[in-house]
Amino acid sequence: MSQVQQHDQIPSFDSVAEFFAQALAIEVEAAERYTLLADQMEVHNNREIAEIFRKMAAIESEHRDEVARRAGDALVAGRPVNFSWTAPDGPETTELEQLHYLMTPRQALMLARHNEERAVSYFEAIAATATDPAIAGFAREMAEEERQHVAWVDQWLLKFPADEPGWDEDPDPPLYSE
Amino acid sequence: MNMIPTEVRALKPADYKSAVKPVWCPGCGDHSVLVAFQRAMAELALPPEQVAVVSGIGCSSRIPSYTSCYGFHGVHGRALAVASGLKVARPDLTVVVASGDGDGFSIGGNHFLHACRRNLDLTYIVMDNRIYGMTKGQPSPTTESDWDTAIAPGGTGLSPFHPLVIALASGANFIARGFTGDVGGCAKLIVDAVRTPGFSFVQILSPCVTFRSDQQKAWKSLVREAIVPETDDPARAARRLMTDDGFNLGVLYRGKRLPYQPRPSDNLTPSHFESEFAI
Repeated sequence: MSQVQQHDQIPSFDSVAEFFAQALAIEVEAAERYTLLADQMEVHNNREIAEIFRKMAAIESEHRDEVARRAGDALVAGRPVNFSWTAPDGPETTELEQLHYLMTPRQALMLARHNEERAVSYFEAIAATATDPAIAGFAREMAEEERQHVAWVDQWLLKFPADEPGWDEDPDPPLYSE
Repeated sequence: MNMIPTEVRALKPADYKSAVKPVWCPGCGDHSVLVAFQRAMAELALPPEQVAVVSGIGCSSRIPSYTSCYGFHGVHGRALAVASGLKVARPDLTVVVASGDGDGFSIGGNHFLHACRRNLDLTYIVMDNRIYGMTKGQPSPTTESDWDTAIAPGGTGLSPFHPLVIALASGANFIARGFTGDVGGCAKLIVDAVRTPGFSFVQILSPCVTFRSDQQKAWKSLVREAIVPETDDPARAARRLMTDDGFNLGVLYRGKRLPYQPRPSDNLTPSHFESEFAI
């Protein structure tokens, strides 16, 4: 069992439809997780980071809709066929424990970049191992799309310089004394 | 390919989310428990209106308001008492109880023993961070004896409570442990707990990022899937749990006790209860 994420096993698919169903599940989960992170940051009044996560949620939602369109008949009432909700988090999903209430825009974007890179690796691995050329082709396309997301995040990162030491210093910390 | 019949109502984790945004600290393990709960309900395909989430007091006990299920944010330590009453009156509902280590094992410690003993068909999730987080970090029943802080200099010197051992000795029918670093694993345990008849106890190690920032990393390096398969033999389970270091994950005991479920009386009316309370 993995303690956090488990993507060392590359799944195999019986059909293109099944591949897209899985890809859709990954995009749905990523979009929902970014929304959850944005909500957390909004509650803790870190609005700048909330906005970054909302934007990432919007990007993933667009990708989700595009994949859903391609998945077509593989879905029943919006749920992927043969999908378990108890599986490990998808490769594009931010780990909940990675957040800090004072985190900087750079850190938030680095998390997003990490997710996009994992998604690239995931789809590249499928492309390399799929026996069905059609699945391999679509996996390559997905990897390319995720690579494009990495490039977007890289552009975005240029706006934010490296973090200053003490970024996590809170003048009014929740601790009673130290 | 097997297709899910179109007439089946497909429920997604998002269907169990309420409009209330969680106020837990970013990075808190309780967020993972909420996600795991939502995934578990979707996996079980339980309509939200058929599920009741009952809690006590503390950070973890905020969870009912974050779900679209029926909820009851109750009195400190009394979540199991409320949930027991609800399950007796409405056996048709799936009742999930949420608590923390302070609420569940200290203030509610006695209810815990008797809920295990009674063995109603309840699922009890305890988000254990070994601290009272909501009240700024006092040691709880599961805190290590030597945990040294300004609020408990030198540590409490008291042996920690062993909730899984107590649960087994008191008669719980299902005992499991999860870790919030593995959301899918926690969801799986909750599914298993709900499906197993009787009192199901799931301890979820849920780090407190604010008052115990050391936990996250330390626990991640310590947890591992239990190498011994689950057992239905209480004696074997007792031996295992007595020597457990608190970091073995998975289903550790699944018994065969039939749940206690008194038959609701058909002829009781509200006036009957009023008469019982008359002075």
